[in-house]
Amino acid sequence: MSALERIKHNFFDLEVIEKYAPSIIDGLWVTLHLALFIIVCGLVLGLLLAVVRSFQLRFINWLIIFVVDIFRALPPIVIMIVFYFALPFVGIQMSGFVVAWLSLTLVLASFVEEIFWAGILSVDKGQWEAARSTGLSFFQTLCNVVLPQAIRMTIPPLTNRTIVITKSTAIASVVAVPEILSQAGAAQGFSANTTPLTMAAIAYLLIFIPLVAMSRVIESKFAWKR
Amino acid sequence: MEQLVQNFFNIEVLIKVYPMLLKGVWMTLQLCVVVVPIGFLGGLLVAIGYSFHNRWLNALLIVYVDFFRAFPPLVLLIFVFYGTPYVGLEVPAFVAVLIAFFLNTSSYYGEILRAGIESIGRGQWEAARSTGIGRLQTMFYVILPQAMRNVAPDLTSNTLEVIKFTALASVVALPELLRMGRIAQGITYNPTPLIAVALIYLAMLWPLVRFLSRLERRMLVKQR
Amino acid sequence: MLISIVNPNDRPVVLDAKGIVKTFGQVKALNGVDLAVTRQELVFVIGPSGSGKSTLLRCCNRLEEPTAGAVYVDGIDILNRGININAVRRHIGMVFQSFNLYPHMTALGNVTLALRRVLKLSTRDANSRGMEALDGVGLTDKAGAYPGELSGGQQQRVAIARALSLEPKIMLFDEPTSALDPELVGSVLEVMRRMRNTGMTMVVVSHEMRFAREAADRVIFMDEGHIVEEGTPSDIFEAPQHQRTRTFLSAVTQK
Repeated sequence: MSALERIKHNFFDLEVIEKYAPSIIDGLWVTLHLALFIIVCGLVLGLLLAVVRSFQLRFINWLIIFVVDIFRALPPIVIMIVFYFALPFVGIQMSGFVVAWLSLTLVLASFVEEIFWAGILSVDKGQWEAARSTGLSFFQTLCNVVLPQAIRMTIPPLTNRTIVITKSTAIASVVAVPEILSQAGAAQGFSANTTPLTMAAIAYLLIFIPLVAMSRVIESKFAWKR
Repeated sequence: MEQLVQNFFNIEVLIKVYPMLLKGVWMTLQLCVVVVPIGFLGGLLVAIGYSFHNRWLNALLIVYVDFFRAFPPLVLLIFVFYGTPYVGLEVPAFVAVLIAFFLNTSSYYGEILRAGIESIGRGQWEAARSTGIGRLQTMFYVILPQAMRNVAPDLTSNTLEVIKFTALASVVALPELLRMGRIAQGITYNPTPLIAVALIYLAMLWPLVRFLSRLERRMLVKQR
Repeated sequence: MLISIVNPNDRPVVLDAKGIVKTFGQVKALNGVDLAVTRQELVFVIGPSGSGKSTLLRCCNRLEEPTAGAVYVDGIDILNRGININAVRRHIGMVFQSFNLYPHMTALGNVTLALRRVLKLSTRDANSRGMEALDGVGLTDKAGAYPGELSGGQQQRVAIARALSLEPKIMLFDEPTSALDPELVGSVLEVMRRMRNTGMTMVVVSHEMRFAREAADRVIFMDEGHIVEEGTPSDIFEAPQHQRTRTFLSAVTQK
């Protein structure tokens, strides 16, 4: 076999593709579901934490910073493995899907909280003063004046971070979630051929290349005003 | 409570497995010391490539950067590790990890450094070139120092990500910290080693996270 | 007592600040300042930078919390912890040096936000009242423009309309023209002159001495956190009693 033929046989075997396409597509759906749940919950929770933090209650802020730091410092794979393999010993039993969702949601929320908080801080103090001088309350000012500006400024880092964390859904294969990578891994085992991994790679690229390209556009449109 | 201590903070288990964990820490450190500088250098090459403003080179770099930013690092790693033997290259796990993370890391560093370089005004280039300093020298002595300061938070944040990525190497059986923790858990049938692993990662990375937060805050104040 | 000197016709006092002290850490920004403003009066506050003029103004609507002293607006003790400060603030309009328009809202949106959220007007009522306010500053044609599309003078007039639309009992101006290019100052002063003619009570911190001379009822000179002297514009500008006032005035008029 020539080198080219060998590559074709091992990475683009049509028979293997045909046989395992359905399971990769099943995996694609699981990945998309997982990603969607993580993005929605992570963004909402992160925004909520940032809003709570802006009330400047000392003990609660201290707690938020502590938890957020932990989830920013730990590798997601470590978090998932602890949740999946250690927590059952103290009676907390979760399915792989729930573990993956919970871990990555907490990680995303932590980063999102920091990004939103930085955005809130970056809004000029005069905006608070102008709004408060017309009689708007703290909360009304936050929602109507500060957050809309903060969110605009945070869109580029938010997009980037969301993409990074959504890519981490591949780690869910480690805790037995039947998403793209674990389907491909199983298929690779059965077929003794790398083609399923190629298929997985293509599936991921199909999802993420448009997102990365979009983040490039967003980056130039919303660039931080330096 | 007792159950919690028994399972998560079991001193006996810890005494038994700590040499394994130390080995894991050592491997993780080795990985970091190699992956971070190599990835950074790759990124520097990418950024300098961009600065030539050559249309074809730029297009090529954008394809490279976006391709590997879209690839989940774990998928890339598995692809490199399980794929290379089929083309006749038997690479050890350590090298597979290096290759996979280089591709990912250099893309991210490259994109960050490019943004940094672009944040420096033309005036700096013109001032330096007008005194007779060459292109590359201007880049290294005038532009890059300022550019790196401007994107210091992003660089730090990416370095943190890279270090966290090294835990993925456990999936291809590289005996780094997480892998050793899981083996230790298997031997002792007690999750204490996993908790210890998490705490060790925290001890290593929390200072970096704090540093990053302070860096970001400082940049915000400077922007005002 | 002050009132009887300055204002013989016993008009009611709108703003009454007594013994205001404000310290920032070690620094004493205000050192026991009294300021009483009667209805329809225009009080001008002048003084070198760092003399505490802006801080005094900001204490009057509690953007700064005074360290000691009392502030009454229309007889209400606004430093009282129990009052609803937001309800009080809508009666005290404030105009800032840097405009502080909301960059993500149109001119009309800037004006109507408090109308909708504080006065709870319907969108339609808020819009019609907002348009009236914009008409008052001559900017109805810019209602749909964003702050970034307006000149500095136009932005400041929108900011004035934003405060005026709430029908305040008193307006505080914190160096309203200092951030403007010279050719844009006139349009803002013109709006302020018109407000004065319609009987608005105003406290103005500013360096526009010509405007002070022609429009102010009373001029207050402040330095180092207290009031050095006060009087009618002609008292202060033609016959200042204190050396510090003379030094300051000769420095600014030389320009």
